[in-house]
Amino acid sequence: MKEYDVIIIGGGPAGLAAAISADKQGAKVLLIEREARLGGILKQCIHDGFGLVRFGEKLSGPEYVERFIHEFRERKIESELLTFVTEMKKADGSFMLTAVNRQGVQEYMAKALVLATGCRERTAKQVQIHGTRPAGVMTAGTAQHFVNLQGKMPAGRCVILGSGDIGLIMARRLTLEGARVLGVYEVKPEPSGLTRNIVQCLDDYQIPLHLSHTVTRVFGEGQLTAVEVAEVDEHMRPIESTKKKVACDSLILSVGLIPENEMAEKLGIRLDGHTKGPFCDNHFMTEITGTFSCGNALHVNDLVDYVSESGELAGAAAAKYAFDAVGVGSEARIKSEGNGSETGLKVEGNGDKFGKKAGECSGGSGRKNAELEIEVNSSLQYIVPQKLCLGSGEEMAVFYFRSRESVAKGTFVFTVDGKEVFTKKYRNLKPPEMERLELNLSLFQAAPGSRIEAAVRKEAGA
Amino acid sequence: MKELTCIVCPNGCRLEVEEKDGEWIVSGNQCKRGEQFAIEEMTHPMRTICSTVRTVFPEAPVLPVRVSVEIPKERIFDVMQEINKVMVREICGTGDPVIKNVLGLGADVIVTSSILKEE
Repeated sequence: MKEYDVIIIGGGPAGLAAAISADKQGAKVLLIEREARLGGILKQCIHDGFGLVRFGEKLSGPEYVERFIHEFRERKIESELLTFVTEMKKADGSFMLTAVNRQGVQEYMAKALVLATGCRERTAKQVQIHGTRPAGVMTAGTAQHFVNLQGKMPAGRCVILGSGDIGLIMARRLTLEGARVLGVYEVKPEPSGLTRNIVQCLDDYQIPLHLSHTVTRVFGEGQLTAVEVAEVDEHMRPIESTKKKVACDSLILSVGLIPENEMAEKLGIRLDGHTKGPFCDNHFMTEITGTFSCGNALHVNDLVDYVSESGELAGAAAAKYAFDAVGVGSEARIKSEGNGSETGLKVEGNGDKFGKKAGECSGGSGRKNAELEIEVNSSLQYIVPQKLCLGSGEEMAVFYFRSRESVAKGTFVFTVDGKEVFTKKYRNLKPPEMERLELNLSLFQAAPGSRIEAAVRKEAGA
Repeated sequence: MKELTCIVCPNGCRLEVEEKDGEWIVSGNQCKRGEQFAIEEMTHPMRTICSTVRTVFPEAPVLPVRVSVEIPKERIFDVMQEINKVMVREICGTGDPVIKNVLGLGADVIVTSSILKEE
């Protein structure tokens, strides 16, 4: 059996960044990817706009990810392609992985795991559409695969349900390739994609956007012939009198992405109902010690730049964790009392000062510190990481959050025990547009049992 | 006065632009590029386009391309026609032009993936 410090599952932008970052720390790294090529979904995202934050350039998806693939290869990091992980187990502080590939069943061992499994599109079965099961109903990502990787046109006259970014991008792409996009129907009163995509993908091509509308039924035997669309009321229920039939040969769905965490769930990792990704601390470590999460598996990002960033942070933290775990004999491995999870880390220096109650956590530093969950009020959809390890002194942490509703002028606030410790003003906060903060944890000044809250306060009159 | 959403970067600033005494006054932008975008949008809108070209290689039947610099918005479909005529017969990679100075617009159509160079 091959042994590694860090095994990364997933060879997309998050996994590649994690692998490079763990390798930079000196860890022995293996990256496992189920497809034949590295790059993940970016292989088919041929539109530009990637890398503006990171490289200050507008790159296409392949250009962006190939920069990472290049560095990955330069560093001679090991990878297993066309390899699918079927089982993961944690035993005696290490992880045992079983995978299948063309050589048969493989087994690997690692001290730390990074789950960079990305996300999955919601399908027609996850939205309420009645009718037959004709060909021509597909997700936007499937349509993108057909057009951009296989060079095949899956649509002639099409209707798009959902205003997610991939749907908007595909509306433009299919139009450029000669399809007629009849309209984008969005059940919510606001678009879910980025405003700039509404402008450059729909408005530029005079593609109508129908807000508060949905597709209620599909028609056709064999091939789709039409869909039924309807306006919805404030409870998102279709209004009977507004139903009408639109003739089309394809229905493209862009109705949301869900972090892929089947592997995480096998390990018993607790997921956040809001992000659908694991609960993580500021080192992107999940509640199963030694397991890290990043990229779209952690929460669905709108910019790949931040996917790479969380990959880098998770990869570095995983490497540090693996090194700290090395020096630990089994006698030093302690069980935390509250949740029964193994920490697998040595307690050093001031690490123990917050006691051994549930909610302990261990960061890249190897210290064991108090862990506090950030409470989020109704003004936010979520904040990632959801937990903080405090007590490690001066340390920078990156946060990602999304506002629940559009706010013209507002202030993001962190409070500790009711006292404001951080505020930042924002203009035009929008649910589809994720915000990022980088803060020194020392500003929290929290003690065990402290209540940390995050919220967006609307400014009066805004 | 006209309201625009800037498409230069993901900030998507809401811009207001108006002409006063032959000059364009732009507000709402958080950077210089927003001002330039707004003025161009009012005078001669420019866009980048991305597409694919066909290849003779079965492992990558199409190859992603984009224009090297922005082209006039109203020429998008003309450029698409040119892009769709291309058949890549030789191994090429990121940055290599498949059409030089497309339709005399000063933009090359360049490859944006080195997938054909992979072993």
